[in-house]
Amino acid sequence: MRIDAEHLHYAELNRRIREAIAAGETAFDLVNVNGQRYIADGVSAAAEFDLHGVPGNDLGAFMSGPTIRVHGNAQDAVANTMNGGRIIVHGQAGDVLGYGMRGGELFVRGRVGYRVGIHMKAYRDNFPVLIAGGTAGDFLGEYMAGGLLIVLGLERRKGEPVVGHWCATGMHGGTIFLRGEVEPARVASQFVSVVPASEADVKLLLPYLQAYGAAFQLQAAELAQEPFWRVAPVSHRPFGGKYAA
Amino acid sequence: MSDWNDGKPEPKRRSVHTARQARAPLYRPHDFNWRNLTERCAHCRRCVAQCGFKAISWEDGRPVADAAKCVGCHRCEAFCPQEAIVIEPNPQYLRPHPLWSESHRRNLWLQAETGGVLLSGMGNDLPYPVLWDHLLLDACQVTNPSIDPLREPMELRTFLGRKPEAVDLADGPRGPELATTLPPQLQLETPIYFAAMSYGSISLNAQKAIAMAAEELGTVWNTGEGGLHEDLNPYAPRAFVQCASGRFGVTPDYLNAGVAVEIKIGQGAKPGIGGHLPGEKVSSDVSETRMIPVGSDALSPAPQHDIYSIEDLRQLIYALKEATNYEKPVSVKVAAVHNIAAIASGIARAGADIIYLDGFRGGTGAAPTVIRDHLGIPIEIALAVVDEQLRQEGIRNQVSVIAAGGIRSAADVAKAIALGADAVALGTATLLALGCTLCQRCYTGRCSWGITTQDPALTRRLDPYVGSQRLINLVRAWSSELEEILGAMGVNAVESLRGSRERLRSVGLDRPTTDLLGVKPAGVGA
Amino acid sequence: MNRPPFDRGQRMLSGCGLSAMMSLTGERVDGRAVRKSIALLHDRANGLGGGFAAYGIYPEHADQFALHIMYYTPEAQEAAEIILAESFDIALDERIPTRPHPGVANPPALRRYFALPRVGMLQESGLPVEDFVLRQVMKINAEVGDAFIFSSGKNMGAFKAVGYAEDIADFFRLDEYHAYIWIAHGRFPTNTPGWWAGAHPFTLLDWAVVHNGEISSYGINRRYLEMFGYQCTMRTDTEVMAYLLDLLIRKHKLPVELACDVLAPPFWEHIDAMPEDRRTLYTTLRQIYAGALVNGPFAIVFGRQGEMVGMNDRIKLRPLVAARKDRNLYLSSEESGLRAMCPDPDLVWAPRAGQPVIGRLGSDVVVGEPGFESAARGAQAPAREA
Repeated sequence: MRIDAEHLHYAELNRRIREAIAAGETAFDLVNVNGQRYIADGVSAAAEFDLHGVPGNDLGAFMSGPTIRVHGNAQDAVANTMNGGRIIVHGQAGDVLGYGMRGGELFVRGRVGYRVGIHMKAYRDNFPVLIAGGTAGDFLGEYMAGGLLIVLGLERRKGEPVVGHWCATGMHGGTIFLRGEVEPARVASQFVSVVPASEADVKLLLPYLQAYGAAFQLQAAELAQEPFWRVAPVSHRPFGGKYAA
Repeated sequence: MSDWNDGKPEPKRRSVHTARQARAPLYRPHDFNWRNLTERCAHCRRCVAQCGFKAISWEDGRPVADAAKCVGCHRCEAFCPQEAIVIEPNPQYLRPHPLWSESHRRNLWLQAETGGVLLSGMGNDLPYPVLWDHLLLDACQVTNPSIDPLREPMELRTFLGRKPEAVDLADGPRGPELATTLPPQLQLETPIYFAAMSYGSISLNAQKAIAMAAEELGTVWNTGEGGLHEDLNPYAPRAFVQCASGRFGVTPDYLNAGVAVEIKIGQGAKPGIGGHLPGEKVSSDVSETRMIPVGSDALSPAPQHDIYSIEDLRQLIYALKEATNYEKPVSVKVAAVHNIAAIASGIARAGADIIYLDGFRGGTGAAPTVIRDHLGIPIEIALAVVDEQLRQEGIRNQVSVIAAGGIRSAADVAKAIALGADAVALGTATLLALGCTLCQRCYTGRCSWGITTQDPALTRRLDPYVGSQRLINLVRAWSSELEEILGAMGVNAVESLRGSRERLRSVGLDRPTTDLLGVKPAGVGA
Repeated sequence: MNRPPFDRGQRMLSGCGLSAMMSLTGERVDGRAVRKSIALLHDRANGLGGGFAAYGIYPEHADQFALHIMYYTPEAQEAAEIILAESFDIALDERIPTRPHPGVANPPALRRYFALPRVGMLQESGLPVEDFVLRQVMKINAEVGDAFIFSSGKNMGAFKAVGYAEDIADFFRLDEYHAYIWIAHGRFPTNTPGWWAGAHPFTLLDWAVVHNGEISSYGINRRYLEMFGYQCTMRTDTEVMAYLLDLLIRKHKLPVELACDVLAPPFWEHIDAMPEDRRTLYTTLRQIYAGALVNGPFAIVFGRQGEMVGMNDRIKLRPLVAARKDRNLYLSSEESGLRAMCPDPDLVWAPRAGQPVIGRLGSDVVVGEPGFESAARGAQAPAREA
């Protein structure tokens, strides 16, 4: 189903989408999207969306199943508390992506902003994966409790750091992989260790890189050529000694 | 050393007072009852050895206390391996009276007996209101996010010293360059430091513990008016060296050894009068450091005799600056008194870089009880009026303002900063961290914990390294709590709380008081 | 009136949306593009305030101060005009043209005056021209209860009211003005009745500031400013932002970039790692200007003659996105807001925390834009598909 979103308020757009899904529609082509919020929020059906333009904030929040392809940049809070499904952004994306993400995948081709991947969490089959193609801003992976976060640093300028400051602060679960050089000062060393990814690590990464590559016509093998660093928590109770009673 | 009163009654000192010593058979109840739980006692005799006041003796195979000598310091109880000691307040069985409290009656009897000025240690213990306990801090909800204190950066770094109103920049080859040279600044990694406690009032080991902790914490300590013992020279680079009315130990080397110089005009525990070190505590080392005879009372002069008016203060400040080549900030420490706002303005205009305000709850090793308990004003008010006055006059940047006198917790620290303090200084809290139980008998020199004494048998009980660890723990814990508070308030740098009265609200204060504090009553919005 | 009706001496807090655009060559355009952008950000506001600032709109009066004044009573107008007549030579005074709009209710009288200080009064005061004008503006705002001067710069003007920004644009007929800088704001105040004077932008001479966020250091920022003679009467956070900019840039003559570093300084852990001369500079700035550190979330856009600046707080708690097309700079709270003004930008980027984006008249380069990237990743794929 094609919906021309020009001049459509988000409430109307999302209502039409929900009605269509209830009626059995599974494929949506949304054009002239600019700033409409809350698209596909809370949707559990296995629907597919091709979204042309720039969706507004909270794309796919609380979503649990659909696949969304954004042909353009995305804004803030994409995949907020997402439970399942897949979001692919053919562009860059904003701040607070994947906050509380509990499953599914978010693949962004370009740069991502601040506070990406805050408190991602995993349990059994619920395993969230967030892959950013460009660089990331401050507070990447803050309070990470589970899942997988990868930053590839593609197209970064000479000397430009892959991540901002205070990366992985509060991390107590999950794993982050950063590709390229990582300045130790940028990673919250009281919470995590940063070591070169082993061959075994890279082997485990490969299927995810392949899925990412497939989404953006990139070769996983090429991606794997620059060395990765593995950021992992040193404790599941980083504040164990802080409190007294 | 043989000069000590090993449990013997106070000797009659040759003194200028020829009081009629009238030992009438008057009733003199003691403060505490001391009991040994026989069924638990292991007969180790540790309690006998531990009591600094020689109150416990061994009779018929068990410990017995002379209750009149027990000061309630709890040293014996702390060291009893069997928890076999009970120390209880001696129940009052004088007929109660709303005006003539038990302590009024007892003090009067003591004075009738001795003709003496009552002496106390530590700070004012009368039930005046504690204004900290009427102030509450803000927190962020919805319209403003709190900031996570555990994971996101929180900045407590503080600089003490005079600052210009504006920066001067010059054009440089790569853009604007700094043309300003700031007057000397003290860099503290947390807005908390250790208050002045003289060598003499406390032991050398206690001072060592404090100095070591200051270094580790990245903050400063203060020699107090007793001079700087040579063992502490390595720690001088983080010390305020104090120049008080007795001018003890003040040499050019001393002045240049520290990181700042402090002129002590007064202290909160005894506004208007000078330091007081009873002869019992003037050992040979103290004698050498202070350059006074062994066993003599070190009663500092009341005013500094070269400061009789504000212009004299300016003169002394500049004398010190000249003597230290303008390399050290000069602090002026004053007791909080009624006209403190105008006084502080004068001090700032006299050239001081730091003003240290000591509220009426400040502690001391020895002070006349009547002065300790009835003079001065609360630090909360003093701080508020000084900060506001300096701002009204447009000179707040010329001095850093320190608040002291009964700072008990990180909450008090946060509230002090919100009222306008650049930093706080801890006196009583420091001693408590070293083991003090606030028995208020510092002036006797018998401190069982080895803190406020010079008796080597007692001073060796305080290990400076262990003591410094305890102080480091305390200041780190409070600094972490301060970070928690800042985060809850949505700021990540202490300078955003400093002077921000807007983040305080009062409960249960009358209108004039809350207005003087510059604090709105709880319920009034932003 | 220039006091909020709900006056308990309380401060108005707000969340909001903002948009801005600037032609670096000085090309002037009408207000429709920026209106479209702020209309799209409608959900960031709640209709209780909105406003615009525009630069270059009065070329025939370019050398005169353009005073925009709102009057709630005729007496207020009389009283204000007496003070104006005493201190200024007024070349022209007229109603500000408006078009009635249901979304902009109960407007006060709105007039503008093109004025220059009277030479004699100016000399007597001993003040520089700008401080004289500032003083008279503050005098009228403080003393004439139902009058409020809401902009007082040269060849620029603010247009603000209670209502949604896009409705306010229509009310003030912004499609009829041509400006090389447009700044727009929609407000979401959390106290009920809106108040015309409390809307953004907040202006001071030719400064105009719009602000999204809440200043958690307001209490000390205000007391710090009061020491320099600024009276914070508007009970909004934006006021301290404007005064701080005036103090740092106009009075203390800090370059704009350094003034931004005072408002949102680098963290000590980063200053400690800088080479020595920069470390000393930044340490000294933080030591001297501790009271000017603005804490709490904010995204601001401020303008003055020839310059437009956008900036975030130190840990970027509010969104701000920038875009560039040819020699035009765009700023907005959301990328969709940018695209409403400029559907096909050459470059879209998110400024870093505490680091300003600055557009300057006559300059080719935008301060704060990333090093030139070919084919900005983010160029929109053709949207008009059948």
